[in-house]
Amino acid sequence: MPPILFYLFATLAVLGALGVIVNRNPVSSAFSLIACFVSIAALFVGLNAYFIGTIQVLVYTGAIMVLFLFIIMLLDLRAEERRPMNFGAAFAGVLAGITFIGMAAGVLAQFPEGRKTMPELAETGASDVHALGHVIFTEFNFPLQIIAVLLVAATIGVVVLCKKELH
Amino acid sequence: MVTLNEYLFLSALLFAIGLTGVMVRSNVIVIFMCLELMLSAANISLVAFSRFGAIDGVPIYSAQVLVFFIITVAAAEVAVGLAIIVAMYRARRTTDVGDMTTLKN
Repeated sequence: MPPILFYLFATLAVLGALGVIVNRNPVSSAFSLIACFVSIAALFVGLNAYFIGTIQVLVYTGAIMVLFLFIIMLLDLRAEERRPMNFGAAFAGVLAGITFIGMAAGVLAQFPEGRKTMPELAETGASDVHALGHVIFTEFNFPLQIIAVLLVAATIGVVVLCKKELH
Repeated sequence: MVTLNEYLFLSALLFAIGLTGVMVRSNVIVIFMCLELMLSAANISLVAFSRFGAIDGVPIYSAQVLVFFIITVAAAEVAVGLAIIVAMYRARRTTDVGDMTTLKN
């Protein structure tokens, strides 16, 4: 991926993420997050992970964020009214974020393996969906079955949580 | 060319922004969105390692399988979490984290 494209999508992703935490209106936050997720999907495609990039758009943006927007619409949330800002929480949050970035930068500065560039990929006829499917269904078959049970449990849980009591 | 460190720093930056959002915002739905942002940041890190650690021109697919599972678990978690938020809203008529004080004192 040409570096200019990486920096473009990385900047879009960071701006989208900042838009989530800065916007007062929850709908604006949701749309900023959608922009962030689409930029992340573009980065995935640039890393030759075509299936994961597609899944990121379909599932994360197309299902999860749409669910968020439905719930915001259902609860009829307005923009947050101006509460007295909890300075303790705001300061702690910003401090935690900056500390984490500092620690990550410190660790990455001492990571010599991280300075290499992308190795070339071998030209195979199979797409990466093919290879990924092969790995999922052979090596990771058991976690796949557990994930299926997890999804059933989540669906049943959602139905139970949202049922109204019938007298 | 872009090095691995730049992808990892981007992942850490997005994670830190999500972490700050979770601690600063008081609307529970926005907190939940910042949680999804943190999960996505971890996904970037995994896919970067999958690509940069390619052995003989073949990416490490185990990392992409893990990303697949993380996205699935995130979807299930969002469904259940939003159901809880809706139930909470039905009971309390508020989505502000400061108003949910049952466990205090």
